[in-house]
Amino acid sequence: MSDKKPMLSCRNVSIRYKVGDFKNIGLKEWVTRRLTGKYRVVDFWADKDVSFEIFEGDMLGIIGTNGAGKSTLLKAVSGIMEPTKGRIVRNGRVSALLELASGFDGDLTVKENAYLRGAMLGYTRRFMDETYPYIIDFSELKDFENRPFKQLSSGMKSRLAFSIASLVKPEILILDEVLSVGDGAFKAKSEAKMREIISGGAATILVTHSIAQVRAMCSKVLWLDSGLQVAFTDDVAGVCDCYEEYLKNRPAGPVYDPVAAKARIDARAAAKARREAEARQMREDAAKLRKVREILKRNGLRPV
Amino acid sequence: MISKLKKHQFLFEELVKRDFKKKYKRTILGMGWSMLSPLLMLLVMKVVFEQFFGRTVNHYTTYLFCGLLTFQWFSESTNSGMRCLFANASIFTKVNVPKYLFLFSVNIQVLLNFALTLLVFFVFCAIDHVSFTWRFLCLVYPITTLLLFNLGIGMVLSALFIFFRDIDYLWTVALQLIMYGSAIFYTVDRLPPKVQLVFSLNPVYRHVAYIREIVLSGAIPSLGTHLTLLGFAVAAFLAGSYMYKHYNTKFLYYV
Repeated sequence: MSDKKPMLSCRNVSIRYKVGDFKNIGLKEWVTRRLTGKYRVVDFWADKDVSFEIFEGDMLGIIGTNGAGKSTLLKAVSGIMEPTKGRIVRNGRVSALLELASGFDGDLTVKENAYLRGAMLGYTRRFMDETYPYIIDFSELKDFENRPFKQLSSGMKSRLAFSIASLVKPEILILDEVLSVGDGAFKAKSEAKMREIISGGAATILVTHSIAQVRAMCSKVLWLDSGLQVAFTDDVAGVCDCYEEYLKNRPAGPVYDPVAAKARIDARAAAKARREAEARQMREDAAKLRKVREILKRNGLRPV
Repeated sequence: MISKLKKHQFLFEELVKRDFKKKYKRTILGMGWSMLSPLLMLLVMKVVFEQFFGRTVNHYTTYLFCGLLTFQWFSESTNSGMRCLFANASIFTKVNVPKYLFLFSVNIQVLLNFALTLLVFFVFCAIDHVSFTWRFLCLVYPITTLLLFNLGIGMVLSALFIFFRDIDYLWTVALQLIMYGSAIFYTVDRLPPKVQLVFSLNPVYRHVAYIREIVLSGAIPSLGTHLTLLGFAVAAFLAGSYMYKHYNTKFLYYV
């Protein structure tokens, strides 16, 4: 793995969101608050020190509760936001589908929306002309082709969105809550399609609340909580077990609850202990090696 | 920027198409409105002001039309430009696309409206017995600079509009001021020099004056005028580009 170039690598990415008084307040409020010194803008770290990398054919599942910083991270990966700290290196064309059904225009027809979306994802007209029949076929919306988009059901909207994103050949595909759409039959079809894309060499990032999906499809998993990286590993089953247990023990309520904090701290402490153990092991190994060399020297032999 | 534009050509075309469809949806006359509305405005102004200024100005209808044509283009372009970024927030918060595409796409449509009005304008010139000369070709120059100027102002306004929705109201007032300051239905010759200086600082008035000089006097304005128009356009465009570049990734905090 290590000799291959990662398709996407995030190193120590931190993203700061601004929250506070600047939004929707209008000029008058802005001026008065500035003058009275009541203007407050609070920095809010949506992601703190997140690092991961994915290679060709990888499917990374990002899990975490609401407000964990998943969508913000995806925005940074797709280039909509700049990471405040850290670096994101992309070695391929990113095709991002965030919050699927939105971003379509209700007044345009299904066909027009498909072309517009295709254009937004960076495809050419010729490509769309060729691919459009497949898209409409895959999404099973042939009968609705010339209907205004707003007349579609939400499941249909998502089906269209998924079909457009997946029937093209992206190098890095980002899917935010995509596979949870559609009825059972479509779900099976879309999962099969996803496997096909992944086996075709694309690197995929999937954000979902469905742990079963992560278990079934992902080769790597990234667990975020309140912006912190709890785990990034290819031990998908292990992390999913932990996460499910964590969800079970977590009382319903605000995102920043003590249980979450404790779990986070525990997880980080465990990671730290692991790192320390590794370092100790390395030191011990080095000491052993030194001892062996000394013995060799004492016996007049050259160390090998 | 050119290569980027090429890369996004398909998206740009689709955006233009969408803007057209959305604009003329459910209107019976469709594009006819864009020709009809300046004409109605022209009719109103002619009826109201001809008594006052019609006697001293030759070809008063054409004189009026020059001003209206220019001002309405500016007004429509900046007004729709102002909203374009906010209206497309659902797109640029989800897909990484160059944000000026939205503004350019809206302006294509506005430009086409202007072109249609310009055709009508030429018909009116002919009716008004204005003599056409080769100098009419020079009209390309103020049209180009005003287009750039409109784009620049559109960028500035659309960026500000994301931060403060009040810009809408302020701009309505500002447009009124610019309209009265552009000498659309009156002449400035009899005003004191100091006041005339103020007029010469109004980019829209300068464009109107340029077009009038070509159409009504059949003369080409001075080199200084050309440079001033270019200066306005470049300044506005640079200011707009700077705002777009500087706030590129910050807009989404505000929508």
